[in-house]
Amino acid sequence: MEVKKKNMRAEAIGKCLGLCLAALVLGLMVPEQGRAGYDYLDIKKYFKKIPTAVPRFQDSTGTESGDSMAREGSKLLEDTLDFTRYFRMIDHGAFLEYPHETGVSAEKINFRNWTGIGAELLITGGLVKDGEDTWLELRLFDTFKSKLMLGKRYKIDAANQRKVIRKFCAEVVKLLTGLEGLFDSKIVFISTGTGKKEVFICDFDGYDPKQITNDRSIIHSPAMSADGKYLAYTSYKRGNPDLYIMERGSKKEFIVNQKGSNMSPAWLPGEATLAASLSFSGDQEIYLLTATGKMIKRLTRSWDIDVSPSFSPDGRQMAFVSKRAGTPQIFIQDLQTEQTRRLTFEGRYNTSPAWSPKGDTIAYAAMEGGQLNINVIGVDGNNLKALTQQAGDNESPTWSPDGSLIAFSSNRDGAERLYVMSKFGDDQRRLLTLPGAQKEPKWSYIADNNQN
Amino acid sequence: MKTKLFKGLMLMTMLAALLVTVSCQKKVETAAPEVPKDTSVSTTATPKAPPPSVPSTTPMVDSEKEAFTSEDINFAFDDSSLSATAQEILQRKAAYMKKNAAVNAVIEGHCDERGTTEYNIALGDRRAQSAKSFLVDLGVASTRLTTISYGEEMPVDPRQTEEAYAKNRRAHFLAK
Repeated sequence: MEVKKKNMRAEAIGKCLGLCLAALVLGLMVPEQGRAGYDYLDIKKYFKKIPTAVPRFQDSTGTESGDSMAREGSKLLEDTLDFTRYFRMIDHGAFLEYPHETGVSAEKINFRNWTGIGAELLITGGLVKDGEDTWLELRLFDTFKSKLMLGKRYKIDAANQRKVIRKFCAEVVKLLTGLEGLFDSKIVFISTGTGKKEVFICDFDGYDPKQITNDRSIIHSPAMSADGKYLAYTSYKRGNPDLYIMERGSKKEFIVNQKGSNMSPAWLPGEATLAASLSFSGDQEIYLLTATGKMIKRLTRSWDIDVSPSFSPDGRQMAFVSKRAGTPQIFIQDLQTEQTRRLTFEGRYNTSPAWSPKGDTIAYAAMEGGQLNINVIGVDGNNLKALTQQAGDNESPTWSPDGSLIAFSSNRDGAERLYVMSKFGDDQRRLLTLPGAQKEPKWSYIADNNQN
Repeated sequence: MKTKLFKGLMLMTMLAALLVTVSCQKKVETAAPEVPKDTSVSTTATPKAPPPSVPSTTPMVDSEKEAFTSEDINFAFDDSSLSATAQEILQRKAAYMKKNAAVNAVIEGHCDERGTTEYNIALGDRRAQSAKSFLVDLGVASTRLTTISYGEEMPVDPRQTEEAYAKNRRAHFLAK
């Protein structure tokens, strides 16, 4: 707990610093928008992708591996930044200057060659040899100020290249937006590529998908605890839909196998406690459970369906789906007072709530005219907005830990696949390509990067 | 079989007419009577409808068993209440179970593919539960009935048509 607090404080300080810098830099860069300060990239009215150029890295090592790292590294950096939806990557065909030939440091760059093609940011990379080691020098420039915003040097080899690039991208995004957490996050989801449903896990950008269950059964609703220690999900492997909580390090397994359906787990932020919907009493109610599956208390009390809990980031409130009003609607319950209010009133089918990490918005799946779409709504019930439209059925929204992106499943191209969009709904793109169908994504911040 | 069905329908229609007149219902969306959703809490509402039809001719026991497992009951979209037809089928199932005391049943709840995954498991659960409650109200011991929901996982008709959706929204029965 103490450690966690300290981390949070460090994080907060880091955030403040990042914000000050971002405010400063952006203020200089785009004066008419800079006064928005803290929320610069957050305000829809001003939201604009930053035109950014990432030319090929320069290789000064004279080795074959250096040359290939220079080519791959710049492409990887470009793709990684592009994924965040904050940048508009400028096409290489438009470039007037080639830093991999002419040099990557400020004095070698003619910034008017970059402002001339509309680039507001320029990122250069150079590979240099230092004794036996190879280092990657990365520089972020404000082209209009001809100024270095960020310079970093990393020891690099073919094996840690991706990690290094992500680390730098995380620095860039933190500097510009004040947000962090995206680049260490993972997504768990269901895939049917093996012929049965299994839980898979991949990096935030869809890289490195791995199968982590081998149940050969029907599986639903994978949900990872915030520390990455536990994976909860529903499996039919023993016949009944039971809730399994897997301790990932030890592979120990805890089961909630009451009569009826044991389903829809959601972890309390930062704790080894989860909520799940169980129907042993005759109808679905939501209960609070320990990570070992022991009952702590019952949370909902209404006849008919109560399902799909999602907690506010402070853990004090829970959004969930209830049919108490005759149709499935999203409700919010205060965990202390147990007071419950209805959040959604439009439409007759609103399900799968996902509370945003920032705390002010809830994403959910709404059915209108027989089609499912992802909506967002303020926790005060205002600002309802559809993020998907006319693109098949869209389900299971889940927020990136920094609150900037939403992943979801859609059958817009036939089989169900995973997609990611910005929280404003733009830039909807496939997350990854795997055999079979993919669904039920859940985004988790994984503090410990070693625990795959 | 046809006459049986006809008799049943006649009875149900009369019953429906009766219900409508008696309760002065303002809104009647379908010709079938509205059945309270919470069948298990309102035992009084169970209509004393046609006694389990025992045909005068000796039936093949196998065909009864066959009907028990092959005849699904169907539901409206996002609904777990029992239609008149569903109740009629359930009465036959109750009769069969009473006559064959050794038979236990598993009731599977299913949904069509529309709707969201978790909610559909819950809805399938409700459908199986309302079928079970109805059978228990008709005197089948609850210990002989177990329920399981498969949500939208196991459609009988994989097509994306209204007809297929209607078939897939069902409770299916297995004899043990």
